[in-house]
Amino acid sequence: MNKMIMILGAASVGKTAVIKWLVPFLKEENLNPCLCKIDCLYTEDSKVYQSLQVPYVVGLSEDICPDHFLVSNLCELWDWKEKKDCDTLIIETAGLCNRCCPATENTISICVLDATASTHSAKKLGPMVTMSDIIVLTKIDMVSQAEREILIWSLEKLNPTAKIFPVDGLVGYGVESLGRCILSEPAVKTYEEDLLRHTMPSGVCSYCIGEKRVGSAYQQGIVGKIDFQKENAL
Amino acid sequence: MIKNIRILPGTNKDGIKENFSYIDFNIGELYTIVGNTGSGKSRLIKDLEQLVNKDSVTGRTVLIDGKAPSFDVRGETSKHLIAHLGQNMRFVLDKTVGEFLLLHGKCRGIETPDISAIIQVANEITPEAISETMNLNTLSGGQTRALMIADISCICNSPIVLIDEIENAGIDKTKALHLLLDSNKLVLIVTHDLHTALMSEQRIIMENGGVKTIVNRTREEKTLFEELNRAYQSRLKLQNSMRKGESLA
Ligand SMILES: Nc1ncnc2c1ncn2[C@@H]1O[C@H](COP(=O)(O)OP(=O)(O)OP(=O)(O)O)[C@@H](O)[C@H]1O
Ligand SMILES: [Mg+2]
Repeated sequence: MNKMIMILGAASVGKTAVIKWLVPFLKEENLNPCLCKIDCLYTEDSKVYQSLQVPYVVGLSEDICPDHFLVSNLCELWDWKEKKDCDTLIIETAGLCNRCCPATENTISICVLDATASTHSAKKLGPMVTMSDIIVLTKIDMVSQAEREILIWSLEKLNPTAKIFPVDGLVGYGVESLGRCILSEPAVKTYEEDLLRHTMPSGVCSYCIGEKRVGSAYQQGIVGKIDFQKENAL
Repeated sequence: MIKNIRILPGTNKDGIKENFSYIDFNIGELYTIVGNTGSGKSRLIKDLEQLVNKDSVTGRTVLIDGKAPSFDVRGETSKHLIAHLGQNMRFVLDKTVGEFLLLHGKCRGIETPDISAIIQVANEITPEAISETMNLNTLSGGQTRALMIADISCICNSPIVLIDEIENAGIDKTKALHLLLDSNKLVLIVTHDLHTALMSEQRIIMENGGVKTIVNRTREEKTLFEELNRAYQSRLKLQNSMRKGESLA
């Protein structure tokens, strides 16, 4: 029954709130979940996570892109899960940029979106939305029924195969449906030879390795420039 | 075609089981829900809209014609059966009024909704006119609700209509209800208003997060309702004169 679940999403969309309800549900179903939170410099979720009473580890990526950092640690996390005698590893990503998507073929990837913020920006979220198995829409009680329907409809267009779950993280509505869906996903044996679903943005440029000076003379490696031919005529 | 929706008890805010074995709501009937602020009125109709199955704070269960819809389909089921005018006074969607109506029409299988006709309906219940090119976010509370009501009336053809307070925001209650009520529908109205509460044969009293009792309207109360209705109409006239700056007495 081994599974790895990745919870993807921008800052403060409600990823932790979803996990807070999901973990007790999985425990009820006699699973042994463990948790990993990836963050850059500091994480505030420790209190919530500790209260869930499951093995818990924080990965701080510091100077490295947190999504790259996560992918570099997947096999180690899987080994840690084995050592802890757990069957379900839940990873909450830092979720800062929308270009990286650390989901792999073998993970159950869950993209968390805030209903009050996503109504016109879902397209901007790129591979995180289009490559996910499951989309969770949080804070649904803050928007009207009509807006929620429009939002779900446009997400279905962006990712026709994803299952979409509206969730109210304050009261836990929708989490049971989400949990059942996770239970029905296939189990995984190993993470060796697993593949990313989508390539990461290409690097490496001078700034990736610590350059501070601004100006073309200092920029080496893969450098992109704005195309000013496309300037909008006023 | 569905006939009835049933609610099974959950717990109140103290975790004590609600004192009823079930409550039936039938298609073609109007029900009102009353109680103090914070007593759980909005929660009750949200439970109905979400077709909860022990997975809201209240732990209630909702059955459609005796059966709990499965977790997989309840989103779709709710969309087909239920239109919900929530307590929201604002849109968060960053679209124009016209784009919103077009998109919502498409969501509900209407490819080309008659946008100007819907806006005209909204403008009958709000005195400050809405136009197609306005951004949703800039609408006032009353304009927002007027548009939501017109949207429910024209785009959502649902047999169940849930209304969370109609009399706030200065819209014309009589006209709004006229648009929403339909003798073939099941309608639930949350209200603080005596006149609205007496419109129904049955009213549900909420307290501390739970259903306290259900009261049947007596014949005397029906007479009282007619009195209140006359008073309401004359009050409405005075209110309009007041807004125009006319002398009132
Ligand atoms: N049975 C319950 N158990 C726990 N919490 C509840 C219960 N019923 C309602 N609540 C919570 O109590 C709060 C107030 O409830 P609600 O918004 O439904 O009140 P209301 O009667 O609609 O108030 P108002 O008249 O101000 O609109 C909400 O956060 C709701 O989720
Ligand atoms: Mg309310």
